[in-house]
Amino acid sequence: MLALGLLVFAAILLIALTFWRRRTPASFRRIDAYERLNRSVGLAVENGSRLHISLGRGNLFTARGGSALAGLAMLRRLAERTSVSDRPPVVTSGDASLAILSQDTLQSGYRAAGAEEQYRFSTGRLTGLTPFSYAAGAIPAIHDENVSANIIIGDLGTEAALLTEASDRENANLIAASDDLSAQSVFYASAQDPLIGEELFAAGAYVGAGAAHDASLNVQDIMRWLIILALLLGVGLKILGAPI
Amino acid sequence: MRIVTAAFAIAAGLIVLLGYFFPDQLESFRIILLDWAIIIAAMAVLIGIYNLIAVQMEKIRTRQKGSTYGVILVIALIITFGLGLILGPENPYMRLTVDAIIVPVEASLMAILAVTLIYASIRLLRRRVDVTSVLFLVIAVIFMLAIVPIPFGGVSALQDVILEVTGMFSRGGARGLLIGIALGTLLTGLRVLFGIDRPYGGN
Repeated sequence: MLALGLLVFAAILLIALTFWRRRTPASFRRIDAYERLNRSVGLAVENGSRLHISLGRGNLFTARGGSALAGLAMLRRLAERTSVSDRPPVVTSGDASLAILSQDTLQSGYRAAGAEEQYRFSTGRLTGLTPFSYAAGAIPAIHDENVSANIIIGDLGTEAALLTEASDRENANLIAASDDLSAQSVFYASAQDPLIGEELFAAGAYVGAGAAHDASLNVQDIMRWLIILALLLGVGLKILGAPI
Repeated sequence: MRIVTAAFAIAAGLIVLLGYFFPDQLESFRIILLDWAIIIAAMAVLIGIYNLIAVQMEKIRTRQKGSTYGVILVIALIITFGLGLILGPENPYMRLTVDAIIVPVEASLMAILAVTLIYASIRLLRRRVDVTSVLFLVIAVIFMLAIVPIPFGGVSALQDVILEVTGMFSRGGARGLLIGIALGTLLTGLRVLFGIDRPYGGN
């Protein structure tokens, strides 16, 4: 029942804060990687280059699907913003359901921007169904398609190093985040401004995806503080010898 | 139509979620919906493979760079798929295809990955010189020294101490990161459940 209580609490907070954020826009701390992302999007539109967005291989039927959904929310916004570009972004994924959703999201983004005719089904690609086949299939997109920025956001493992290496060889900007700890350490070593931990889930808020994304960050902060307080309380009770 | 799609997605999501908390009332609905989802996911794999072939065919048709590899991929895919359908996945020849081609190819990529990771760590300080980067490298080296096998077998007491100390900090850090990721996943799921984010095209 504690889990259900937390869920309901989070849901109520999310709804309340979303309404509040619609009236009072949030201001967040500066995250260098998202500054770079916004610059890269503008640059790609201006110089006619392409964005490569890698959504990883997060299966939507597992807990790993959360990072994939966060990536899709960001993709929706990026599709809208790059709809005026000559070269649409290329989206690669390592899960079939995710690939279909990426196509749908791209199409929705173009439709919202009034440029649905720009949409090409081949821009949302399934490149492989295993970690390494996915990476091997995504690398040619980085090398051969005039990509100026690689945005890797989703569930990836250490195979992400192959993508970051390819990006580095092409001198392309790299914005990378994963929910996997080994991939995070890879990104820490290979990206200029690595995104650590839950910063992945801030992508939507930082690309202007709407009040609900801003509110999500607020709810995460509130719940994080509650968890910290609960941990400290538990430590205090344990020190005092309480049976917990 | 979009409203129907959203309503169906939200209702299915709610039933599956609440099924975990109220198994007596909703378990059977939850299982039915999950079965449907598994069938849809299997169909999605076929659509994904069609997408893979279509992208490669477009590459070949427009003679893009690397289209030769596209030809090889499509031919290999058709042969493997055809043989898999005729012989079945447990056939010894099918197993040989997997063991003799796919596994070695992935193993070679893993070997490249090892080199790539070493190269990335060497370049870390060139890319970013700060306290945390230095700490990251120092801890990585200490940890590797601690897990490396020592000659004549056995693990030294010093290695045990190093593993215990570094493990204590890394476990704490990892748990902190995982709590943050869990909170992010929870909120992302709630947004989808409320229909705020609709990655299925209704947004």
